[in-house]
Amino acid sequence: MNKVRNNHAWWLILPMLLLVAFSAIIPLMTVVNYSVQDVFDPYTRFFTGTEWFQVMLNDPALQAALLRQFAFSLTILAIEVPLGIGIALIMPKQGWQASAVLILVTLPLLIPWNVVGSIWQIFTRGDIGLMGWGLRELGYGYNITRSPADAWATIVLMDVWHWTPLIALLCYSGLRAIPEAYYQAARIDRASKWAVFRFIQLPKLTNVLVIGILLRFMHSFMIYAEPFVLTGGGPGSSTTFLSQSLTTMAIGQQDLGPSAAFSLIYFLIILLVSWVFYTAIMHRQKDPTTQGER
Amino acid sequence: MSDSLPTTPQAVRQRVAVQDYRRRRKARAASITWRRRGLMTAYIVFVLLPIYWLLNMSFQSNTEILGGLTLWPQDFTLEHYTKIFTDSTWYMGYVNSMTYVLMNMAISIVVALPAAYAFSRFQFIGDKHLFFWLLTNLMAPPAVFLLPYFQLYYTVGLFDTHVAVALAHCLFNIPLAVWILEGFMSSVPKEVDEMAYIDGYSFPKFFVKIFLPMIRSGIGVTLFFLFMFSWVELLLARTLTSTNAQPIASIMTRTSTASGIDWGTLAAAGVLTILPGIVVVYFVRNHIAKGFALGRT
Repeated sequence: MNKVRNNHAWWLILPMLLLVAFSAIIPLMTVVNYSVQDVFDPYTRFFTGTEWFQVMLNDPALQAALLRQFAFSLTILAIEVPLGIGIALIMPKQGWQASAVLILVTLPLLIPWNVVGSIWQIFTRGDIGLMGWGLRELGYGYNITRSPADAWATIVLMDVWHWTPLIALLCYSGLRAIPEAYYQAARIDRASKWAVFRFIQLPKLTNVLVIGILLRFMHSFMIYAEPFVLTGGGPGSSTTFLSQSLTTMAIGQQDLGPSAAFSLIYFLIILLVSWVFYTAIMHRQKDPTTQGER
Repeated sequence: MSDSLPTTPQAVRQRVAVQDYRRRRKARAASITWRRRGLMTAYIVFVLLPIYWLLNMSFQSNTEILGGLTLWPQDFTLEHYTKIFTDSTWYMGYVNSMTYVLMNMAISIVVALPAAYAFSRFQFIGDKHLFFWLLTNLMAPPAVFLLPYFQLYYTVGLFDTHVAVALAHCLFNIPLAVWILEGFMSSVPKEVDEMAYIDGYSFPKFFVKIFLPMIRSGIGVTLFFLFMFSWVELLLARTLTSTNAQPIASIMTRTSTASGIDWGTLAAAGVLTILPGIVVVYFVRNHIAKGFALGRT
């Protein structure tokens, strides 16, 4: 759409800008302020420059948390995206089943995050949980407080349970936007199911998938409440992700300087990855070769 | 009828072959439908099983829960629900959560609508940078902002009020609302605006009377997302409140005491946090199919 050049549009933006700036810029500046100082008490503080950043970047515990975080985010994306597409393809398209399935599939998205943690904590306990008990009855010594592998698998399973619906719903509504004529043309050409998926459905899904992957990456990178409730970051620190390391440091140990520096590094990583995604989306929207597909 | 059909051997063979082909295709389609239904059912079971287990435990007494595994409540009890609904420190948690969620939805949608309109219709100095900056707030991990938020809201005297949480959630909800609404607004042709101005509508009148009804389902989906992200967020809500505005999710942590965890009450409280979500999703179910793609298909 060709837009009108008009700087008065700023007046429409202004209320939104003030509110977001109040919630974003002031706190961010506070973080920046802390990150370059060593604060003993409100009256004693020293300027430290980039010292905290160096300490944080060289901290092995945080490096490990960062690696775990990337491993986690990539794992759940690799499972949730194909699974979400698959579910979107088999969801019923009309009638009461369509409504019922939509409501049921959306359900996990609307449960508070720590309740999701509680649900899975209850579900996987060896003594009172169906899954923990069931696996033990089958002869597998399942224990998320002892075995890091079990804890990892459970957290990944929980995230798949919690967030696959988002990808599925995005794809479902993307699929619904494909005109029936496309499928008719494919039938006339005797196109196979795979060809229909590859050349009609998938190209139509690219836009929603980029949104879905972006949202999922961001949220998985900030994950806090679910693993905190389920495993508390253990056993050891095998499921301690970045948010939890940060919260422990900032609230638990009150290390203002280091945790502020850590916050900024954390934020910059998310920013960098998201910028790549954002540029990709914008590029796609401008690219004339993809215009025909949309 | 059959008299009128040609009866040469060739024609008969051809007819049989066609019937055969149709029957086989029908059978194959039916088997595919059944496989789809089977897979879909399997997924729904996967989604519902943990929730069922929570529901199951909320109706059991604590002795039954700890006494052994039962697949359904043996002696059905409502004691945990009675406890929650008769203790004001418990049920006020739900009231608090609903209050700040609704406040946040109202604030976010009111400021996001004009902003999204500006982004979708006008070019102005710094528009692209501003839009990217907005999206970066969507990506800001709440953990980063915990401490500064606490200090900020404490200083301005808003600590432990519903407004504090509602404003804090604006950090990610307003950018989200602008982003979603911008997609929907851009799919409305600009000629609509021009026609309205020619007909003598002023901007506010056009916006409320003509434009908003046209993006109704977009607004519905936006409200759904606003509800969702404000309702499920805990970290900020817990940090910014102590007693007066404490959200239910944070009250739930009280169930773990020195004598062990009160599983039944925890489960009942968990079940009650799912209900508002079901109500909301029921209302927007017809918009989800079209609107979830956020106007970007």
